Amino acid sequence: MIAQISPPELDFLPVAPELVLAGGGMAIMLAEAALPRVTSRVLLIASLLIVAGAAGITVALWGWDGEPTVLAGMVATDRFAVLIRGVLLAVAAIGAVYGHHQFDRAGERRPEFFPLLLFATTGMTLIAAASDLILTFLALEILSLSLYVLAGFSRRVTASEASMKYFLLGAFSSAFFLYGVALAYGATGTTSIGGIARALSGPSEGLPLAMVAAALLAVGFSFKVAAVPFHMWTPDVYQGAPTAVVGFMSAATKVAAFAALIRVFNVAFLPLSWDWTPIVGVLAAVTMVVGSLLAIAQTDVKRMLAYSSIAHAGFILTGVMAANQEGIASATFYLVAYALMIVGAFGVVLLVSGDERTSLSSYAGLAVRSPLLAALLSLFLLSLAGIPPTAGFMAKVSVFRAAVDAGHTWVVIVAVLASVVAAFFYLRVIVLVYMKEPEEELQPDRSPLPALTVAVPAVATLVLGVFPGLVFGLLETASIFRW
Amino acid sequence: MIRLPLVLFFSAGLFSVGVYGVLARRNAVLVLMSIELMLNAVNVNLVAFSQLLRDTILAGQVFALFVITVAAAEVGIGLAIVILIYRNRETINIDEVNLLKW
Repeated sequence: MIAQISPPELDFLPVAPELVLAGGGMAIMLAEAALPRVTSRVLLIASLLIVAGAAGITVALWGWDGEPTVLAGMVATDRFAVLIRGVLLAVAAIGAVYGHHQFDRAGERRPEFFPLLLFATTGMTLIAAASDLILTFLALEILSLSLYVLAGFSRRVTASEASMKYFLLGAFSSAFFLYGVALAYGATGTTSIGGIARALSGPSEGLPLAMVAAALLAVGFSFKVAAVPFHMWTPDVYQGAPTAVVGFMSAATKVAAFAALIRVFNVAFLPLSWDWTPIVGVLAAVTMVVGSLLAIAQTDVKRMLAYSSIAHAGFILTGVMAANQEGIASATFYLVAYALMIVGAFGVVLLVSGDERTSLSSYAGLAVRSPLLAALLSLFLLSLAGIPPTAGFMAKVSVFRAAVDAGHTWVVIVAVLASVVAAFFYLRVIVLVYMKEPEEELQPDRSPLPALTVAVPAVATLVLGVFPGLVFGLLETASIFRW
Repeated sequence: MIRLPLVLFFSAGLFSVGVYGVLARRNAVLVLMSIELMLNAVNVNLVAFSQLLRDTILAGQVFALFVITVAAAEVGIGLAIVILIYRNRETINIDEVNLLKW
């Protein structure tokens, strides 16, 4: 009994950015093998051109008015996917420059960095647009497998250790994610995100199974976005992996995983929102508190930023738990702001300490050695702390407002308290930078190109802090899922 | 005819064995094998559901094929990382790989 299977209509335009990225990655890999003497600078320019090409197509997709999903319901064409893709491509371009600079300066020849970065970006942009859990899983694996390798991209022993920890915990969590997908399929008879929503909105026998599925998917996503209690890998990986890679992955992985989480929970499991919002609320509260408290105890700048990124996952979850359009818009704005400030902060860390001198005490007196880097670092830290007029402030205000409007005031109270605690450890670094005498000989990197690259997110952080409407205007249509 | 609950309990058991292996084993290769066990438990689930639902497009079975492919890629990268660790540290006991901690 084999049903007639008619081939689906194939419209590849909405996945053209991913095709460009993956094709370009393979082309660079082949070129590097065929022309062994091609320099890292050439590969960097080629990667930037590929990313720019993908970005151009992404911008053109903003005006897409065809089907809501293409390729047999696998890929969503909504503006949410377009906006997230744009953020991810910007982060990828910055990450490529960081990587080129770090390996170039260390005198290491690592041409595989660029293809891996492009493959990881392919997975990330794809997961943001995935409207079928099969594609969500595949994209999750594409991005994770590339990042496991990138995390170990250094001769230092700590990098291979970071890579192994990331791999073992990441693979463990994707198995949970996959189990959740299988149960969702069993409960509703489909893996399509829109199909699951349709099946669950009516009376359904599979409701208990669907709840277990939602819980398992939440576990899988929590690992990827680094929410407590699934955050254990984050500090180790951020500390051990090369700083350039951390700058890329800290921003891009969180944006991509949250984009998928928002889509899955606000479309597929929206009919169950009464059941999952309290759980997400507890997750958000615990994540914010634990992330902020543990960050205080850190003596290493990369570990401190790792715990800060954990705390920020909690703030974003606060927006997600509103489970309405305002919540989606505020969480997405937070993602944009977070990506800008964390990629910038790690850029400054790359220039000041590289991979070796990452202890916080080596930041004492940075303002004397390099006033520019000190100012940039302070700006990013103030934004991470949520102090106006930066993007971090507007992001916090908007997620808090969304959560209060949805009636979750208790989470917002916890969030505000956690922000106060968090402000302490950010300001402590600024005090170190400006008010202490330099203890040891600190030689910040004075190369112009990466400094210019760090300036881009810095300007964007300020502009979004003053004119948040620039992104909120886009979010009026970009926070609506089409399925 | 094997009834569905039986298959579901079997796959849940297999998954739990995998989880136990990841948590209890200290050898990185055995942890890797336990993760494979978890993925295969899910495959059993997918195929069973696909059969039960009489899914005309066989989404579950096709997905199982994808999972097998992904699992193979994961083992490839996992073993490469284990070799890297072994070259650096001469051990693959994950308790002894502990340079990074707070």
